[in-house]
Amino acid sequence: MIATASSRALAAPSRPERRLFPYLLAGCLAVTFVLSWRAAQVRPLLLLQAEGRRNILKFLAGASPPALSSDFLQFLIRPFFETVWISVLGTAIAVAIGLPLGLLAASNIAWTGILHATDAGAPVRRAAKIVPYAAVRLVLSVFRSIPEYVWAFMFVRAVGLGPVPGILAIGVSYGGMLGKVYSEILEGVSEQPLEALQATGAGRLQIVLYGFLPQVLPQFVSYTLYRWECAIRASAILGFVGAGGLGQQLEVAMRMFQFNEVTTLVGILFVLVAGVDWLSAAMRRRIV
Amino acid sequence: MYRLGGLTKRFGDLVAVDRVDLKVAPREGVAIIGPSGAGKTTLFRILNLTLRPSAGRLWIGGREATSLHGSALRDLRRRIGSIYQQHNLVPRLRVVHNVLAGRLGAWSALRAMASLVRPAEVDVAYRALEQVGIPEKLWARTDELSGGQQQRVAIARVLVQNPDIILADEPVSSVDPSLANTIVRLLRDLAAAGGKTLLMNLHTVDLALAYFPRVIGFREGRIHFDRTPAEVSEEMLAQLYAGESAAPPEELFHDRHRFLSGACRPLQA
Repeated sequence: MIATASSRALAAPSRPERRLFPYLLAGCLAVTFVLSWRAAQVRPLLLLQAEGRRNILKFLAGASPPALSSDFLQFLIRPFFETVWISVLGTAIAVAIGLPLGLLAASNIAWTGILHATDAGAPVRRAAKIVPYAAVRLVLSVFRSIPEYVWAFMFVRAVGLGPVPGILAIGVSYGGMLGKVYSEILEGVSEQPLEALQATGAGRLQIVLYGFLPQVLPQFVSYTLYRWECAIRASAILGFVGAGGLGQQLEVAMRMFQFNEVTTLVGILFVLVAGVDWLSAAMRRRIV
Repeated sequence: MYRLGGLTKRFGDLVAVDRVDLKVAPREGVAIIGPSGAGKTTLFRILNLTLRPSAGRLWIGGREATSLHGSALRDLRRRIGSIYQQHNLVPRLRVVHNVLAGRLGAWSALRAMASLVRPAEVDVAYRALEQVGIPEKLWARTDELSGGQQQRVAIARVLVQNPDIILADEPVSSVDPSLANTIVRLLRDLAAAGGKTLLMNLHTVDLALAYFPRVIGFREGRIHFDRTPAEVSEEMLAQLYAGESAAPPEELFHDRHRFLSGACRPLQA
């Protein structure tokens, strides 16, 4: 601000005019909800009618007690570890895809902000930076707009049944999600340290290492661990299309109406997810 | 060291720096004072090659600097050390890494990465911290330090960078007056000992008059006066800061008073 000191009068600022937008938005959301409810023919009362009640009770009766025979439990050891491997390797591949793409898709690394302030008045140089940035964002959108079980379906066709298609499916679709979220976290860093690092003559990669990564590390770790937790859940769904693990056993048990085995499997999945949750909380405490 | 010809920076309709001509000799110490919003920080960011001027020429060490980019730009930046008002360090890194960040311009990316795991040139960082008086903080986490200590870390980073020019933008506005005195003197002495050119934006007129042989008054993007401290009169200062009363007045006028009587001033509530 220059030369406005005296013109900055002492009168109290007038109240900003009322904005219409929030009301419009709320109205639109309400209308959308009602229309969706109608279109999807939601009838929650169906669950409480005699027919629904009977089916629920039958399912619950069949589901207990959980199957705990040592034969069955021994048989589950292999699928159990398969699920763990699928989720761990899938998440590892997702990080390997998401981290580099996320860095390229962060606008303040690619082409905006203080690191590119000297491009003012150099439209060609700026454009040359926007093109790869936009291309990476497009790739990330494609990766995550295709659901993981569709990926799994395609990979089962490509490499056959078993854990490998599950790993690849999680790797690709979660790689897209991680890349997008990483880039958004990176875009939220404080700019002042970046400016100072750049002023020492540091290159782009060095600014990423010393300026960006230390600032985003806790959020990166936290979100990646959350995705690992999701991967365990996802591996159950992926089992349904033949990608191995506990999910495949879940699918078999349901198809055979072995609801007590379903209970056991769901219980094991619950323990796994809770374990990962505990582990990630412990890691966050150490790193933040 | 610096030569500016008609240097101008516009942000949309706003002219932050308006056709500035200036020469600064090697090893010279220059203080730049003026009201807030005068464009001092914009000038600082042009001089350390963060921003590119909209018009005019800039020579650094005889080299035309306005059209540089890529590695030539980075090489020239390496010869200019910058100190900011605050928040210029990476809070979650250890002090040693923030100090060694001054070496990034000289290091390869691989070496920079390796140093994050196992710090390289620890002795260099330690010596720099010794010079600024806080060697014991080498392994501390930066966000655990006080504001004054963080500013010393920033100075140590510049020492490790070992530039030809040191630019400081309001380096003491966020520390208390007696510490401000110490830090400005430290910077001046280090620059003198290393034969470096020193340019400093200052909010406190007295610090500028006390420690710098050349004082530039900057207002509305232009050089208002360029004198030795002895030539700077009360009248010139009053003109320089005229109309500033819209900003909190004690910040501008009491500062001068408070600094002079700082030693025997009773603690204020």
